[in-house]
Amino acid sequence: MMTSHNNEPQANPFVDGGSGSRSTTKFAAKDVTVHYGENQALFPINLDIPEKQVTALIGPSGCGKSTFLRCLNRMNDIIDGCVVGGQILLDGRNINDPKVDVVQLRAQVGMVFQKPNPFPKSIFDNVSYGPKIHGTVATASDLDDVVENSLRRASLWDEVKDRLQDPGTGLSGGQQQRLCIARAIAVEPEVILMDEPCSSLDPIATAKIEELINELMQNYTIVIVTHSMQQAARVSQRTAFFHLGKVVEIGNTQQIFTNPKDHRTQGYITGRYG
Amino acid sequence: MTDLITMPVRASKAGAARLKQRHAAERRFRFYGLFAICFGLSCIGILFFTIISGGYSTFSQTVVTIDINLERDLIDAKNISDGDFRKIVQNSLYGLFPEVTGRRDKRKLANLVSPAAEYQARDYAVANPHHIGKTISIQVPTSDDMDQFSKGVIRADLPESERRVSDLEIVWFNGLKEQGRIETIFNRTFFKSGDSRDPELAGILGAALGSFYTLLVTFLLSFPIGVASAIYLEEFAPKNRLTQLIEININNLAAVPSIVFGLLGLAVFLNFFGLPRSAPLVGGMVLALMTLPTIIIAGRAALKSVPPSIRQAAIGLGASPMQTLTHHTLPLAMPGMMTGTILGMAQALGETAPLLMIGMVAFIVDIPAGITDPATVMPVQIYLWSDSPERAFIERTSGAIMVLLAFLITMNALAVNLRKKFEQKW
Repeated sequence: MMTSHNNEPQANPFVDGGSGSRSTTKFAAKDVTVHYGENQALFPINLDIPEKQVTALIGPSGCGKSTFLRCLNRMNDIIDGCVVGGQILLDGRNINDPKVDVVQLRAQVGMVFQKPNPFPKSIFDNVSYGPKIHGTVATASDLDDVVENSLRRASLWDEVKDRLQDPGTGLSGGQQQRLCIARAIAVEPEVILMDEPCSSLDPIATAKIEELINELMQNYTIVIVTHSMQQAARVSQRTAFFHLGKVVEIGNTQQIFTNPKDHRTQGYITGRYG
Repeated sequence: MTDLITMPVRASKAGAARLKQRHAAERRFRFYGLFAICFGLSCIGILFFTIISGGYSTFSQTVVTIDINLERDLIDAKNISDGDFRKIVQNSLYGLFPEVTGRRDKRKLANLVSPAAEYQARDYAVANPHHIGKTISIQVPTSDDMDQFSKGVIRADLPESERRVSDLEIVWFNGLKEQGRIETIFNRTFFKSGDSRDPELAGILGAALGSFYTLLVTFLLSFPIGVASAIYLEEFAPKNRLTQLIEININNLAAVPSIVFGLLGLAVFLNFFGLPRSAPLVGGMVLALMTLPTIIIAGRAALKSVPPSIRQAAIGLGASPMQTLTHHTLPLAMPGMMTGTILGMAQALGETAPLLMIGMVAFIVDIPAGITDPATVMPVQIYLWSDSPERAFIERTSGAIMVLLAFLITMNALAVNLRKKFEQKW
């Protein structure tokens, strides 16, 4: 069911570059616009997100990168007065179609938020919540396995295996964020959206999360919004630079950071701008 | 207060003065707060002292043991309850004081004991028909005035014209006391019976049950409706003109004088729907209307205080709005909602005015057995007793207030406990 939309209007020479032939398109955004009431937050965005790669969205505050990210699992639905236009194709299927079941979509496209937001429940309940509501596990022992696997993949298992019944809110900030990642993984999504996942973490916790992102890339498509240029450079294969609700430039991370095409991108990444 | 060590670096003269001023202001502020709390506490202390000192004697009752002869010629063996038990009780009293002869004195003597004596004698005879014709010894309450005299409320050192108990009655009372017939026992009647014209027979149970049924109806109506409204308005309703209007009006409703709700109840529930007058059902409905705004406002505030990140987390995992609500938002908001509900219920428990409008102010002797029986509630009972001329009703008023306060304290303790339980779970 993998249809490629790579050769659509967004004729960017770097769309298929870098990671070579293994990359197929997971998400294809076509003329995506977002209005908050009277204000237009996004002007037609055309952007492809390759599968099993990390795509970083960078840009100054208020440029629409988080808004775009939230379009990808329709989290904008819960904001009053937010209207999303255009098409977003996930594996060729338009998720903006009103007939799409958002519950299933969000199971397929998980999300990690800026501030760690574990439920005020036990660590176990936090991770098992997704599988429980989606009914993906049949027995209690399966659930235990899912929880263990998810925590392992989020590199948190060793730290919490002896206290799974402790409240998730009692963990440190970095651990909480990894718990949130484990919680998202437990639903077996295909895509994980990360909205500035390290902005409230210290450098050590950030390094752990980045390491984790590198591992998760093997199995998941990751889209990450970040304010840290270094982070984008470290973790992503592709980078999109947003400015004033538009995509200014998209390309290989390496190319964006070493040889930006647009003067605005250059200004931003060199810190002169934004 | 010890003097603060001034940092040498900043010890400019103006600076030091300013610092001193600031500390003085702080101390003053703290003193004001402390004073306010002490004032409040002493007010409560005075209130409690007045009520308890005036009302504790309600819980005791002076009784007298009399020997009554269940004379055969005054009781029809086939129809025992129609017997002339008044005469029987009177005869036993005349027997105790054979020297009393005058008609007026005899009547006074007969009034030494409560009218309850005659009912007690009747009940005894009905229960023990084989004792008819024999002399039995029963303990009956004294009249309210003798009770008050015994408790020292009516003082013997006043001139006779200024007290409700005559010298002769005091002589009789002391005579009975010498014979060891007078005792002071725990006033069980007060907790066992409904209202009565005779203070020594009046009890709080009818009003307490009336309050209970009324609050039950209030809770059953206002809690689900209030919580549902709060949830809908806060979580699902679009934010537009209409919902804004609704919100303003809910806030307005919370400020409507309670008697207006009573008028509404009278006009709509009684006159239009023809529901029974004086019934806890209608009282509960009226109080539910009054409590609803409180519950809705508290419920919305509780929902609003749940961090949006929790909702986002649940929705991001693919939980439906309903699951987000029942699994996350509602349990987190529950303690706040319950606080609001308990506050509303406590308010409803103490409410009098709207109930006057729907007839719950009637003199009701029977203990209500359900929500449609005529009943009164505790605050109304307190109001009724405080209005009664008998001396003994004064202490019963205080006694009833104590029972009402006990109810309130129990309710609040329950609420705090429930809250803690819910909070611990999370």
